[in-house]
Amino acid sequence: MPGSTSDRAERADGRSRTAGDVACLAVVGAGPAGLAAAVTAADHGLDVVLLDAAASPGGQYYRSPPEELAAVLPRAAVPPRAAPKGQRVFSGLMDRLAAHRAAGGIRYLPGHHVWTVTRTGSGWTLHTVVGARGEGGPAVRARRLLLATGAYERQLPFPGWTTPGVVGAAGAQAMLKSGHALPGRRVVVAGSGPLLQAVAVSLVRAGARVPALVEAAGYGGYAAAPRVLAANPSKPAEGLRHGAALVRAGVRVMSHRAVTAVHGTDRVEAVTVSRLDRDWRPVPDSGRTITCDALAVGHGLTPQLELAVEIGCATRTCADGSLAVRLDERLSTTVPGVWAAGEPGGIGGVGLALTEGELAAHAIAADVQGRSPRETSGRVRSLGRARRGQRAFAELMAEVHRPGHGWRDWVEDDTEVCRCEEVTAGRIRTAVGELGAADARTVKLLTRAGMGWCQGRTCGFAVRALAVSAGAAARDPAPDRRMPACPVLLSALAGADGADGMEPLDVDESPDTGRGGTRS
Amino acid sequence: MRRIRARTSPGPGAATEAGAGSGVEGGGTGDGPGFEFTFDGRPVAALPGQSLAAALWSAGVLSWRTTRVNGRPRGAFCSIGTCHDCLVTVNGTPNIRACLLPAVPRDRVTTQEGSGRAGLHE
Repeated sequence: MPGSTSDRAERADGRSRTAGDVACLAVVGAGPAGLAAAVTAADHGLDVVLLDAAASPGGQYYRSPPEELAAVLPRAAVPPRAAPKGQRVFSGLMDRLAAHRAAGGIRYLPGHHVWTVTRTGSGWTLHTVVGARGEGGPAVRARRLLLATGAYERQLPFPGWTTPGVVGAAGAQAMLKSGHALPGRRVVVAGSGPLLQAVAVSLVRAGARVPALVEAAGYGGYAAAPRVLAANPSKPAEGLRHGAALVRAGVRVMSHRAVTAVHGTDRVEAVTVSRLDRDWRPVPDSGRTITCDALAVGHGLTPQLELAVEIGCATRTCADGSLAVRLDERLSTTVPGVWAAGEPGGIGGVGLALTEGELAAHAIAADVQGRSPRETSGRVRSLGRARRGQRAFAELMAEVHRPGHGWRDWVEDDTEVCRCEEVTAGRIRTAVGELGAADARTVKLLTRAGMGWCQGRTCGFAVRALAVSAGAAARDPAPDRRMPACPVLLSALAGADGADGMEPLDVDESPDTGRGGTRS
Repeated sequence: MRRIRARTSPGPGAATEAGAGSGVEGGGTGDGPGFEFTFDGRPVAALPGQSLAAALWSAGVLSWRTTRVNGRPRGAFCSIGTCHDCLVTVNGTPNIRACLLPAVPRDRVTTQEGSGRAGLHE
């Protein structure tokens, strides 16, 4: 509704509002993109609700120990949220968030996971759950929606990857950032993508030995795009910094290699690393064993799209084969009144997320104030330029680390592909080869792969790849529909209704610790 | 059920390499910031604000669930609530994601067998 004024003016002195109130903008996710968007939108005078599943702001990138843990750790043991410049950026965002919360411009709801979004009149109703068990939380209404839902780690299966001690690379980093815990003392880092370097550096700093960093692609692909690198000087600089730190720590960086076996029954004792050809096919008899007690593995990140897909936003296939929300220059999705910023539009990292969050907020403010998209400020133009450069790097990164078809050759028939339902590659191959399944959906119907607790988030990419025969032209896959976006108790589902008769929105902003019902 | 052998903490601080964060003694001694909960009846030290998964990792425990089909051990994998590998039974309630739930003193955490709903069939 262009031209509608911010309803902050209509609000009585920041008192807690009831669900009858409709915010001007709801931002889902308080990571870099969501934070930048929320504070910029509030700067424009918009009335913002910022919802986040975590107990404190920052998302996965700025993740840090909760206050009570940081208070008892020696200073040296608290990992920095980011490099010094990144710390300053985060502190600035937090200061602005605090100021806007005090002034009533932003309502911040930590510990609220949005499980579905429904259309209400000309706006949206966001249904939330709180706590560890998914109990019903308040429903929040807003006229506009910004999805800054971030990403999660992409995985490719390999023999032994369900052995305890094999953990996500990003997962190991997350546990270290917020929980001061390591999965082992001697941790091999493997997979593909620049995140692995950051993970290895974090593990080393925390006192783990990292005997090897095993990269399936090579880093040479970046050199083929000097102009993109020149436009993103911080990226190669960071790579060199991490590389130097790894050399100093005695980490052997191996490229064009992958972990093709895990040894150990109840926990990791060693891994086999094999050389890969250009298509990521393991080279026979090239395996070497590395002793370790944990393996941190991952193939970059993949966008978190549940809400976008449910609302009906069109997607695109990125250079690495992952799906992302299709966005225009102004971060609009194909659904009017819905924008997205950061990783949902394609994995690009923290810099891109900050740029897009701010840019989306300017676009939303222009929409609210009824300004033409052509009336842009210098700031918006320079953000647009920055975004184009950062998106180019994101596409390059996706291209360099796109899994080669040959990875399927390291998957044995008894390798579990779907961790939740324990569906092996053999069963998937039977579904494809003998039962005629030609897409992930049919494979799911025949094998249950992707039907478990995680709803295919972990195995979806791999199942799709296994469902098309090697070398077949990759068709644009349809995005997975996963409603609800997170676990919801039936009682919460039963209590959720479209728009009317909602309980008042409780603006108690202390995070729910989520222990309701887990104490006896 | 397969007993998981605990071992000395591999958490940061336990390592002796240069650059290791110095450890904080958890545990229920009553005079430190740490506290204890139990895992399958054994005491596990935790620090305030640590998730159950982080505390279990720090105690050298990597698995606290057996799978529904093959009865294989599983623990934390993604650490951000997405993968559900880390489901565990807490104070009798099954299917709690250990990576998301902060530990509190005297929690009774037990290995979750399969769906954790065996009681329904008794």
